[in-house]
Amino acid sequence: MSKPGIARYVALVPSSVMIGVFFAIPFALILAVSVSSPADDADFRLGFDLQHFQRFATWFYIERALFSAGLCALIAAISMTIAFPFTYFLTTFKRRSQDWWLIYILAQLSLSEVLIAFSWQILLSRTAGVGNILAWVGIVEKSFSMTPSAGAVIAALVYLTVPFSVLLLFPALSRMDRSLLEAARTLGASPMRTFFTVVIPITRPAIISGGVTVFVLTLGAIIVPQVLGAPQHWTLSVLITDQAIFNFNMPFASALAVVLLALSASVIAAVSWLGRRREV
Amino acid sequence: MKNTLTRRRFIGTAAATGAATLAAPSILSAQGTPLRVGTYGGFFEDSFKAHIFPGFTEETGIEVDSIAVPTGETWLVQIKNAARAKTAPADVSLMAGTPRREGAKQKVFKVIDDSKIPNLSSLSDRFKDRYEDGGLYGVGGVSWYITLCTNSDVIPEAPTSWNALWDSKYEDQIGLLGLATNSFLLEVTATTHFGGTDILSTKEGISEVFDKLAEVVPNVRLWYKDEGSFQQALQQGEIPMGQYYHDVAGLAAAEGFPVVSTFPEEGGILDSGYWIVPEYAEADDEIAAFINYMSKPETQAVLARNVGTAPVVDPALTDLSPEELAAVSSDIEPIIPRYDIYGEHGPFISDRWNQMIAG
Repeated sequence: MSKPGIARYVALVPSSVMIGVFFAIPFALILAVSVSSPADDADFRLGFDLQHFQRFATWFYIERALFSAGLCALIAAISMTIAFPFTYFLTTFKRRSQDWWLIYILAQLSLSEVLIAFSWQILLSRTAGVGNILAWVGIVEKSFSMTPSAGAVIAALVYLTVPFSVLLLFPALSRMDRSLLEAARTLGASPMRTFFTVVIPITRPAIISGGVTVFVLTLGAIIVPQVLGAPQHWTLSVLITDQAIFNFNMPFASALAVVLLALSASVIAAVSWLGRRREV
Repeated sequence: MKNTLTRRRFIGTAAATGAATLAAPSILSAQGTPLRVGTYGGFFEDSFKAHIFPGFTEETGIEVDSIAVPTGETWLVQIKNAARAKTAPADVSLMAGTPRREGAKQKVFKVIDDSKIPNLSSLSDRFKDRYEDGGLYGVGGVSWYITLCTNSDVIPEAPTSWNALWDSKYEDQIGLLGLATNSFLLEVTATTHFGGTDILSTKEGISEVFDKLAEVVPNVRLWYKDEGSFQQALQQGEIPMGQYYHDVAGLAAAEGFPVVSTFPEEGGILDSGYWIVPEYAEADDEIAAFINYMSKPETQAVLARNVGTAPVVDPALTDLSPEELAAVSSDIEPIIPRYDIYGEHGPFISDRWNQMIAG
């Protein structure tokens, strides 16, 4: 091994130790608890028992897991669709207004999920919500409540994730070589055509990694699905909270958490595998 | 599978951390040390400090150190952790149904000496929890009701039976608690349609009750976990009917909201907090004196007037007027939660419940 190599490994040591302590140990504990068995005189006993995973392996929980993945994929897609054109045009603005926009977008991230969920609940209620505006304008006959519903869950989650999407896309779009666009335009491509055949392909890696990040972030959302959705819209994360806090079944909650983790790991793996194949 | 009222849980959670820090290093032994009493934080604790503890100190000379505790499992876990360090986080505290049963299974509560508590005779056996060998470990402290509440602007004539939950004319208009273990709807269904909660003793019986309960699902607009969501909707008439806490509904009505709480003819749901003594609590005599004081009909009347809880003693022993009594309870035989089934068939009930409410 060459000397710079060793130096690089040495430099890795402090951060590796930190990651080991803060991520590996708690994760190992969750794994251990997820395969523990129930005990009469204690909450659970460590051991190797797959009954909690067997409990997961019923259609109800599998369906919940698939629903959660589907919902999060949809949120990632919508969020990227909204954020991409916005970020693209943002990069064409003057530096000063770019900064203001970014500060504004970043500030949104400081709002907690709880606050956002409850604000949307008021916004979509019958008595204080947008239903009144629709009724006043004359689109509907009288105001109505829009929660709980799938639409409300999607709207609030998209609201939560758009700022992330903008921040994830911004570096790639602002570094993009503008001369490529000029070349395309000079060769006669329309602005639309330039956008779809030049801009999107060269920023594809950013779109994909941004989408995956939003997907993984949304998988962990609890409050929005619970407050704005009916039980059929509750994600696996809501069920984990129920088991851990209300039913105090830590082993089953841990098993569900392991499943959720496996789900997001496999999505990340699949996306990066597909990405590599395209490059080859 | 143990749970109690969400609101009482939320009130106490923040305070609990503080309570644990306070409690950890202290081992109560010397006489003259204040008795550490745990009650649910927030309004509950404030009322106890203002209306109950001073009277107790005056009568017995024992000072009280008030501790805010969370309800349910969180508090049980703290008691268990403290026991590992051979201390008790409080000398005596309130604890609700299912976690109390779980704690008893793991024997983390001390046996209380009956002979030192003469006022126990005012309480029915229902409010005395005993180990298999007869040792007393829980004594009823406060009770509260969950009833059928309606918005009188939308539903001028409040239904008088839990059967209204099944009535198709209320389609998409009902709010119910979102967990099997805090809504006690299995008990309600069993009492309303199967002549009592005995049917819940077997898994087959529970299954049968679930089939009946599933028929209410199309009528339910909201399965709530936090009290606030439903209270708002009920007050505004957005969700005009549902199960709710009798005491809070009374407060809302007093504030002028068109909210009516009705004790259905099958009975309101009666849930209670019991006094328990964590393992390693040492002030036995002071604890007994406290439980004795709390079991006095006079003390129960003070609680009813100031906290809005229902007495755990025979109301006839108290000096509560019929109006005061009606404000906190009813003479209709209540529905008593079957805490035992959530311990025995926990995962089964939680899975069936989740599948049911997800339609």
